[in-house]
Amino acid sequence: MTMTDDPPALAEPMRDEGVARHPQKRKRVRNPASWVRGGGLSNLIFLAPMLIVFAVFSWGPIVQSVVMSFQKTNLVTPAVFVGFDNFAKVLADPNLGTAIVNTLYFAGLALVFGFPLPIILAVLMSEVKRGKGLYSALAYMPVVIPPVVAVLLWTVFYDASPNGVFNVILGSFGIPPQPWLQSSATAMPSIVIEATWAAAGGSIIIYLAALIGVPPELYDAAEVDGAGIWRKIWHVTLPQLRGVLFIMLILQVIATSQVFLEPYLFTGGGPNNATLTILLLIYRYAFQNSLGGAYGEATALSLMLAIFLGILSFAYFKLTERWSTN
Amino acid sequence: MKSAVKIAIASAAALALAGSLAGCAQGAGGDSGGKLQLRVATFPPGADQAAYDAFATQEKQFEKLHPDIDIIGVEYEWKAPTFAAQLAGGSLPDVFLVPFTDTKTLLENGQLMDVTDEMKSLGYSDKFNPVILNEVKDDKGHIFGFPRQAYANGLHYNRDLFTAAGLDPDKPPTTWDEVRKDAKIISDQTGKAGYATMTKGNTGGWQLTTQSVSRGAVDQTDKDGKVKSTIDNAATKETLQWLSDLRWKDNSMGNNFLLDWSGINKEFAAGNIGMYTSGSDVYTALVRDFGMKPAQYGLTVIPTQGDDAGVLGGGDVAVMSPKIDAAHKKAGITWIDWYYMQKLLDKDAAVADAKALAASDQAVGTPVLPVLDKATYEQDQEWIKPYVNVPLDQMKGFSDGIFDQKPVGESKVQTQPIYALMDNVVQAVLTDQNADIDALLTKVDSDAQALIDGK
Repeated sequence: MTMTDDPPALAEPMRDEGVARHPQKRKRVRNPASWVRGGGLSNLIFLAPMLIVFAVFSWGPIVQSVVMSFQKTNLVTPAVFVGFDNFAKVLADPNLGTAIVNTLYFAGLALVFGFPLPIILAVLMSEVKRGKGLYSALAYMPVVIPPVVAVLLWTVFYDASPNGVFNVILGSFGIPPQPWLQSSATAMPSIVIEATWAAAGGSIIIYLAALIGVPPELYDAAEVDGAGIWRKIWHVTLPQLRGVLFIMLILQVIATSQVFLEPYLFTGGGPNNATLTILLLIYRYAFQNSLGGAYGEATALSLMLAIFLGILSFAYFKLTERWSTN
Repeated sequence: MKSAVKIAIASAAALALAGSLAGCAQGAGGDSGGKLQLRVATFPPGADQAAYDAFATQEKQFEKLHPDIDIIGVEYEWKAPTFAAQLAGGSLPDVFLVPFTDTKTLLENGQLMDVTDEMKSLGYSDKFNPVILNEVKDDKGHIFGFPRQAYANGLHYNRDLFTAAGLDPDKPPTTWDEVRKDAKIISDQTGKAGYATMTKGNTGGWQLTTQSVSRGAVDQTDKDGKVKSTIDNAATKETLQWLSDLRWKDNSMGNNFLLDWSGINKEFAAGNIGMYTSGSDVYTALVRDFGMKPAQYGLTVIPTQGDDAGVLGGGDVAVMSPKIDAAHKKAGITWIDWYYMQKLLDKDAAVADAKALAASDQAVGTPVLPVLDKATYEQDQEWIKPYVNVPLDQMKGFSDGIFDQKPVGESKVQTQPIYALMDNVVQAVLTDQNADIDALLTKVDSDAQALIDGK
């Protein structure tokens, strides 16, 4: 094969566009032969690996899990269709209420602390004249650390003894040692602190990129009008970022609704189910019993969560449609 | 021409992908070079190189005797979360181990190979301790595995911490009151946890049951097939109150109340825990997988109190999947017989096994309970005596006392899910000073009954 054998790769689409722009000049005949000549077959074959991979590893399991939510199965003996039994069982499980409340608590705390923090940091960092790259790198560092490693590190920090890292720091301010992960009251806030630390870097980078897009003339105009830094942030920066803010908010709500890794590794859902989240409950349904878990219940709850998040996202975008565009 | 070349390239890419996917789908095992490949469970991930060296030696010995079988060792650890997935996905080895707690349900579900005829033809089915063999039998008396090791729970203690606290490590506590007193002394003198207990991943329930049984608790009764949860009993309440006192009155349990089996072993091996209860066979893992110094280790029996008191035991069974073919089944039986059983029955095999383990610095002589009758067990202990390398004198409290204790098996119905419920009770008592033990027990009892009824 030589390059001279092949005409420029763009020739075909351009020719197609030409046809599309002047349909009256040459009526396009669509038949299998022209589809193959037009590159349809090779496109399909080029796409095939991706389609197969998605079908096998993504769409297939999704469809299968929907089917499984209506079955009773241990994946070894033949599955039996049980209608909505799995959904009824999940809804009757007292742990579901606990998991929902805990997940909402996590999401709420993460929203209060985790959502504004990256915005504030990004705005402050954008104001810095020198060393901006260094600050960005420092802020992004936690994202680079593998999550499991980060959680194990923080488990050491959260040592509840007076010699634990955080307790020593608190002690130097005269604050008594805290139980951190070892108490129902403080376990969830402790997890939120780590989760915020771990995720803030990614959000900061996105906000920094969005801040670059804010036209400097707006700040100049605000300055001429006598606005100080806070009024500039309130009246220029935040309104200019609103599109990004809305997207980041819904992404955070979705992510916090699916929190799993931190409670699983930090506490296993304890103490006494204080950090049992919806995803952890799904995991428990499926894998806690070594003898073939309640896969039906696990997939039923997964499906309910997916539907809820789908509806929430749709409603959110409908509600914010008017405000999120310039 | 252009189109043909593009199609050719795309087809090649698609074929390569299909090939790699097909490769993923291919099962392991099979035959190679005329030999039958048998995948067998070896050690949990994290075992040291010496353990694999010892296994390699034994593998060679076996393959010399059976040149038509190619043994392939597979890392394996029974873990509640992964076992079901491995079972479903067909990624378990051909020969693997399951604990007594799961055997009954697995065999009832048709997930274990029937080995009744094979065990009979090997000629030692009547040599098993009948209580233990019962763990692997169905209602019709069919046998589904080879019990290979049993253990009783014991009280493990750190001799260095005992010494540092001014206690005599050769005189471990013999009552729960003494355990409490010593835990307080260790905690006050060393700043380490005097006593700790497992709390998560179903192990909290397992150890709560162990400690309650030693005070006479019975967690389940079975009358004419009607199983009743009896977790809400006086002995379990006393155990929880005892734990609460250690935690909140004495402050002798340290600061970590979210410990599972490996978590507590790690802390104990690191010298952060004075005493805890666990299976008597954990010494091997403590030294092999968690780096504990043998000189620090001490083991005694769990204190028992009252006429109904017993010691909770368990163990594991070498089993095979019912999906393997006849040739693999035959090879699997040969392996189980050679690797697990003959060293309990035959002098030469016992000596060869002990020699191979000792040569690689692996534990020989870790206290276990006999799966075969007592006479065979004592004979076996005699054979391996020259190779015993575990500090038996540091385990004297256990070996002297264990045969005087009444062995008790674990509950049979929904064992692990009920242990999971009990995890929460232990966690609540240890993390909430105002935990209402009566209310917690009432709730866990009704939740356990719901699990039993929903089975």
